Amino acid sequence: MKIPYYPGCTLHERALDFDVSARECAKTLGVELEELPIWTCCGAVFPLVTDSVMEILAPVRNLAYASREGDKLVTLCSFCYHVLKRANRTIRTDPEKAEKANLFLRADTEAREEIESYTREDYTGQVEVIHFLEMLRDLVGYEAVAKKVRRKLKDLRVAPYYGCMLLRPKKEMEFDDPEQPSIFEEFLETLGCDVVDFPMKTECCGGFQIVSDEDLAIACSRNVVSSAIKRGADVIVTTCPLCRYNLDKKQEEMAKEVRGFRKIPVIYFTQLLGIALGIDGEHIDFTDNYVDPRPVLAEKSLL
Amino acid sequence: MADEMLTIYVMGKAYEVPRDLTIMKAMEYAGYRFLRGCGCRGAFCGACGTVYRTKDDYRLKVGLACQEVVQDEMYLSEIPFFPGNKSNYNVERLKPNAESVLKNYPEVFRCLACNTCTKACPQDIEVMEYIQAALRGDIEKAADLSFDCLMCGLCAARCPAEIVQYNVALLCRRLYSRHVAPKAKHLAKRFKEVKRRKFDKELADLKGMKKRDLAKLYDARDIEQAD
Repeated sequence: MKIPYYPGCTLHERALDFDVSARECAKTLGVELEELPIWTCCGAVFPLVTDSVMEILAPVRNLAYASREGDKLVTLCSFCYHVLKRANRTIRTDPEKAEKANLFLRADTEAREEIESYTREDYTGQVEVIHFLEMLRDLVGYEAVAKKVRRKLKDLRVAPYYGCMLLRPKKEMEFDDPEQPSIFEEFLETLGCDVVDFPMKTECCGGFQIVSDEDLAIACSRNVVSSAIKRGADVIVTTCPLCRYNLDKKQEEMAKEVRGFRKIPVIYFTQLLGIALGIDGEHIDFTDNYVDPRPVLAEKSLL
Repeated sequence: MADEMLTIYVMGKAYEVPRDLTIMKAMEYAGYRFLRGCGCRGAFCGACGTVYRTKDDYRLKVGLACQEVVQDEMYLSEIPFFPGNKSNYNVERLKPNAESVLKNYPEVFRCLACNTCTKACPQDIEVMEYIQAALRGDIEKAADLSFDCLMCGLCAARCPAEIVQYNVALLCRRLYSRHVAPKAKHLAKRFKEVKRRKFDKELADLKGMKKRDLAKLYDARDIEQAD
């Protein structure tokens, strides 16, 4: 099965460990992630202004690019997923904005008629934006994933961290129940993990506040990390490079603030999946992690 | 005679000029003398970026004054210089990644992907594509896509995010050639040979030769066959 794939800027460089592990997992599961031949930044933030289309041109153009490759688009980063999915919904539900955006994209075509790669047809929301987790559940099937598991992770206590971008706003994201989601838990159970439920799994990690108000973001992240530790987790898994950054790298500051702070590794769900599928070490890279997960994984005989 | 002339408006003032002239020649015909905003006259230097509008069309169009042919009722103005923010950096100390772009040109991260820059490029470069490649650290792609840039500045003049695209492109091409492009082994080898004075005698001999002998030697040289 081939499926168009939108990596997003962060996965192109700063979160290569996420991208590489995901591609390798997909391959092992019989899915070929085909990176879009042209793509740009998704915009990174979904605009809340309602009287302008300028800010959704980037995600809409990416969706238009995707529409030439297939009827689905898989992405991994929570922010990309969030922005692409909401922009897609805007095109589907707001005809005025859809028309304006398409007029703008059509002008691209007129300016560059000789370049094949530019959008020719109007984009009407025909692409389905799906998260890698949804792809595993709905296209590959958790049963098929379970059959490919070579290493049972039953001794590993894993805390699934959703964050906010996948779940909220519920009406627009339609990903899972924002208060009591389960897609991540079901995925981890498929791998045979000991799933740790913790109350902060859908709380915000601080997000982009890390740029303008670091203390605030660290306070948010500390709530999440401490909650998982209190429930006895060995490791936190996430779907988002920014969550990974805040939850993992900022433990250095957390440790300075809280006496006796015990650090906990934060890894991408595709890295855990890779371990379960028996993918070799070069595709599961932990060198960018501030809290090294290798000791705990070795302790559970998973390396 | 009348058919051979047409009217153009340079900075709002009407001039009758012969058709088939380029904008630059037409302006000179009209009496302008270029001290700036004119260089090679062959579409290579990028000094004569021009914006214009044609009758009954809302769109702002662009071109190089030395290439674009005048049209009747054309409103135009040359933009001989565009003040562009330029970062000072030592390319040796930079790595070919997004971090280097961010450090020198943080405004790149304001890119809205509106594609206005691409529409403003007289060289048909995919300007927005290379800016986007630069911001995700794909230095090779940014260098490759921007290769034909003349640095006329029209993209920067139109950018709502105030990015100076051509200077970002220059940074990417420098990063690419310094850190990414494979090193030419034959060049390094020849450089060593020159340093070891391997060719000194040969050169001295050539210098001492009579012009006629030199010409004979030149005519008898090995010529590399084209593939």
